[in-house]
Parts: sequence; structure tokens; C-alpha cells
Amino acid sequence: MNMNRRSFIKMVGAATGAGVLGFPYISSAADIMPKTGRRVVVVGGGSGGAIAAKYIRIADPTVEVVLIEAEKSYIACPLSNLVLAGIRTLEENTITLDKMAANHGIKLVYDTVTAVDAGAKKVICSAGAIAYDKLVLSPGIDYRFEEIDGYDPMTTPEVIPHAWKAGPQTLLLKKQLMAMRDGGVVVMTIPQAPYRCPPGPYERISLIAMYLKQHKPKSKIIVWDGNENIVAKAALFRKGWSKHYGYDDKDTSKGLISYNANSKLTKLDVRGMAVDNGIELLKGDVINVIPPQRAGVIAQKAGVVGADKKWCTVNQVTFESTQVKDIHVIGDSCMGGALPKSTYAANSEAKVCALNIVQALNGKELIAPSHVNVCYSYITDKEAVSVSGVYVEKDGKTIAVPNAGGLSPDLNEIEAAYARSWMTNIMTEMST
Amino acid sequence: MMQKRKPLRLALMVMGAMLGSSISLTTWATSPASPAMLSHTCNGCHGTDGNSAGLSNPTIAGLDVEYFEIAMTQFKSGERPSSIMGRLAKGYTDEQIKAMAAFFASKKFVAAKQTADSGKAKQGKVLHDKSCEKCHGSGSKAGENGALAGQWKEYLELTFGEFRSGKRKGPDKMKRPLAALSDADIDALINYYVSQK
Repeated sequence: MNMNRRSFIKMVGAATGAGVLGFPYISSAADIMPKTGRRVVVVGGGSGGAIAAKYIRIADPTVEVVLIEAEKSYIACPLSNLVLAGIRTLEENTITLDKMAANHGIKLVYDTVTAVDAGAKKVICSAGAIAYDKLVLSPGIDYRFEEIDGYDPMTTPEVIPHAWKAGPQTLLLKKQLMAMRDGGVVVMTIPQAPYRCPPGPYERISLIAMYLKQHKPKSKIIVWDGNENIVAKAALFRKGWSKHYGYDDKDTSKGLISYNANSKLTKLDVRGMAVDNGIELLKGDVINVIPPQRAGVIAQKAGVVGADKKWCTVNQVTFESTQVKDIHVIGDSCMGGALPKSTYAANSEAKVCALNIVQALNGKELIAPSHVNVCYSYITDKEAVSVSGVYVEKDGKTIAVPNAGGLSPDLNEIEAAYARSWMTNIMTEMST
Repeated sequence: MMQKRKPLRLALMVMGAMLGSSISLTTWATSPASPAMLSHTCNGCHGTDGNSAGLSNPTIAGLDVEYFEIAMTQFKSGERPSSIMGRLAKGYTDEQIKAMAAFFASKKFVAAKQTADSGKAKQGKVLHDKSCEKCHGSGSKAGENGALAGQWKEYLELTFGEFRSGKRKGPDKMKRPLAALSDADIDALINYYVSQK
């Protein structure tokens, strides 16, 4: 039993926190925006929330929409692995929401939501309470740090970055890679699925390998994957790694990438710069631990996290929580059936959720969902691969439409061109 | 004020859900995916209302209904080469494609904000009028075949590249005029379409 004192306290805390329905949060905060008409409050201005706010207004401009976001500028995750390799800047991934909000008549509030009073149908911000008829939560992810022995949530990321939310962590990992000696070892650990962005870790391996090939060719990246195989686009990544980085499926000592499946991180020695899977200890000059994840903090506080204590279960037609009425959860925090935890899926879920919230507010019949997912991963600075799919709801589950979608047949430069174009449209949808 | 028509059913659903019971949520009556439901998700790659900000993706706002349907049908069959559209088009029925065609046809085309080489654009106009205008009317504006005017330069280059390499086969009547064009001619044509607002 690996449980230390801290994780025990956390578990107890989580267990009591889960009783939100039994002990509802009751607010006494004063309303800062008196509600007159029908109002939807959206929490989180990322890939899901910004789009939900916008498309509710597109579907019915008579519905008041309040979008609450903590940060004045938003740094998008897709393509942020390119920043690690020095071929993209974080500024290129940064957008603001002001123009989009003004264009669509959305009331934009920069604040942090600290609680949800589901009984009174109010969200509580640091400035006060905001009432809603419908609430959309799109808070992204939180980390299950407590599952890694020796991981201190406050101090460990400053030494061993996760870089799993684009921002200062991305720059820290980049800085460490640049400072590393030629011949150094980069260690990366991947959590068991589901986690944000299934192909993301493997794109990161590719681009770190590219950086090493160009600048530190005596170095190596050693990967411990908690999963039994590469989670997404497996054959394409292996092909790309063989083509560009001397990867050998049969002999991990060859080439720049050593990939090891079924290797789950259990313990971290931060001072000794080593990872531990219970069988062996591996030292790294640079270590990137991608921690296991769960729904964003406000989803936990609102009591919409499901029985697994990790993710939010939602009705697949409306994205309304199966646990708390009038709270909808979209994006990485929710379980969207066959839809992956991707930016494009969040964008698509937001639009489905928006249309059906408006239908419900107007007393009209709900509309059968139709989703798309499109996701690109870079193998080098010039070549990329893609996966796509069309999704519908069937018998309460979101499924991929059979015989549609799938992987790009190969890695190539055209995929990379489309990846850049995709990113421009994704960011423009959120910011205009 | 809300959910006037079906308060009881909604309340029952939610109660069932709150109790964590196994009451199926699939009994919700839903109408088939509407044109907006089908089309909004395309905007992730093609831009809000189908007006693309990304350089390699075409704007699909204001496209002629029939042209949209032919494009999707040919993506579906593989007749038109693509990176991703073939895979996605297979996910839709002919009726759904018709609905999306009508949805995007109703949206206003916004020309890409870019600059053209005016000298080349002039040459391009002469070439267009001589060889292309008969089928790609009004300078191939949105609503006409191909909808080349006002599209991003990068997209036009990709498209012309597909035709030139033989990867994409146009209609038979396009073969002769296309074969007669030099690389400089194509560059001029692209600049002409880029110059169109």
C-alpha cells in the first residue's frame, strides 16, 4: 500500500466533498448581476466554453449569456508541443475573448468561480453571486497528483514540469531541454487513459526527438507509458519515429526514442531526479511527468463528477450532468462516449450543447447531435498525421459513425499545412 | 418561463438522474439533426459561418448548393482527392449533405483578406476570361462553379497543384484548357482570384 498521509487526507476530503447533493452548498453572496430574462452562465473560456457562449447567442440572441473566465488571455494547447522544439511561440497560441464577446453580445466576466449553489442556481465568484437558468461548465482538467508518491503539487512541477496546460510550464520544460547537456536523458511518463489529448504525449515525444536530433544527437528520450500501447495513431507514430528518429520496435536501445509500454509511474524521487514504476528506478536529466487527470476543480465543487471520482457523466444529447439538474459539462471534464478529450471534440460538444440548451429554454424538441473530431499531430516540423471522425448519439451513447473517419494514410507535409490552417480556424472561432 | 411544454417529463428525467437510477435517458424524443446541428461542427476547420481564417482550408460560405453536393459526393467516393474530407464525407447521408449545402449557401461569403500582385492579377483576368469564364462564371465568385475568387492563396495553390499533378481529375472539358496553362499562367490566375473581393 503506497498511500502516504497526504493522499489519505485527500481521499477522505474527496469522499466528503462527493456528498454535495446531501450537503448542498448554500450561498450568502450578493448578486452582482441581477437576472431579468433567461440566462445561461458559462464557466471557462477555453475550447469548449468560449464556443458554447458564442453558439448559444448565434442560436438565440434573446438568451443572455454570461461567460466567466479567470484569465485575461487564453493560451491554447494544440501545437504547443511545437514550442518545446523551438518552432512555435506561445504568443502564437494566445487569444483574448473580448472581441468575440462584443461581437456576439456576451457578458464577459473575468473572475474565478469558487462554488456553485445548485439549489439556488447561482455561481459564486470572488466578486459575488451570478444567477443562472442553465449553467455550462467547461473547466478543462485537474491533476490526480496524489496518485504519485513523492509528488508535491506545489513544488514538484517547478523541478519536473508536466507542461500539460500550455503556459509557463511549457516554457519551463523548453528551458530545461535547452539547458540539458548533449548525451543527457529525457524521461517522460504517460498516465493511463483517459487523459487530455490522447495523441499529445506521442506528438511531444516526436518533437523532443526532433530537437535532440538537431541539437543534442547523443541524447535520448526514454518513455514510460502507463498504457499497453500508444493510445492514439499508434502505427503512424511508430512509422514516423522509424523514419526520422531511428526508432526500432524490437530494440529500444536503438535510435533517439526508447518507448516502453505497460510502465506506470508510481513514485517520484524529485531530489534524485528519478522515476519509479515499482520495478525499476530510472534517472533523467530532464523529466516530464504527465500526471493522471480528472475533471476541473469547479466540476468537483459543483458535485457533477461521476462515480469514478474522475470525470463527469453527462446526457449525450444535451451534455446536462446526470447528477445535477441544469448543469451541463463539456470538453475534457466530461465523458463524451467515443469522442476523445480533444480541442475539436470540445468545440463540437459546445455547439451541440448550445443548440439543445436553446431548444430546452424555448420549450422545443431536442435535436439529435452530430459531432466531428479532427485532430493533427506533428512528427517533425514539416510532417504531420491526422485522425478524424463523425459522431452521433445512439441509445444514449455517443458513437463514431461506422465506415467514416479514420487516420491519414501516412505522415506528410500537406497534413502539416492543414494542421496550421486548422489551428488558425480553431483560434479564430474562439476569438471573433 | 422555461420548458413550458414538457415540465413534467423533464422533471422526471432529472429526478431519475439525481437518484442515480438506471432510468434510461434515451427516451428523450429528439428530432433529426437539423441543418445547423450538422453544419456548425464543420466551422471548427472552415470558420464560423464557413468563412475560413485558415490559409489551407477553403471558405464554404455562399457556395452553390449543387457545387457543394458534388464536392461532398466526390469526396465520399474518393473521386476528389483529400486529406480529411473523404473520411468525413462518408459519415453523412445524401439528405444530410443536401441540408448542409443549403445551410452554407445561405451564409454570406467573405473574401479572404490578402493582397495580390496586381500585374499578375491583370494577366490572370485575361486568361480567366478566355479559358475559364464559360464554366466558372462571374470570375468564379462564390455561388459559381469552383468558387475560386476570394479564396486564400495557399488553398488555391493546393487546389491547382492537385489538378496539375493529375491527382484530381476535373470534368473532361477542363482538361484541354488546363493543359494549355504554363506555371506562370497558373500563378497569374491565382493572383487574379486572390485579388477578387
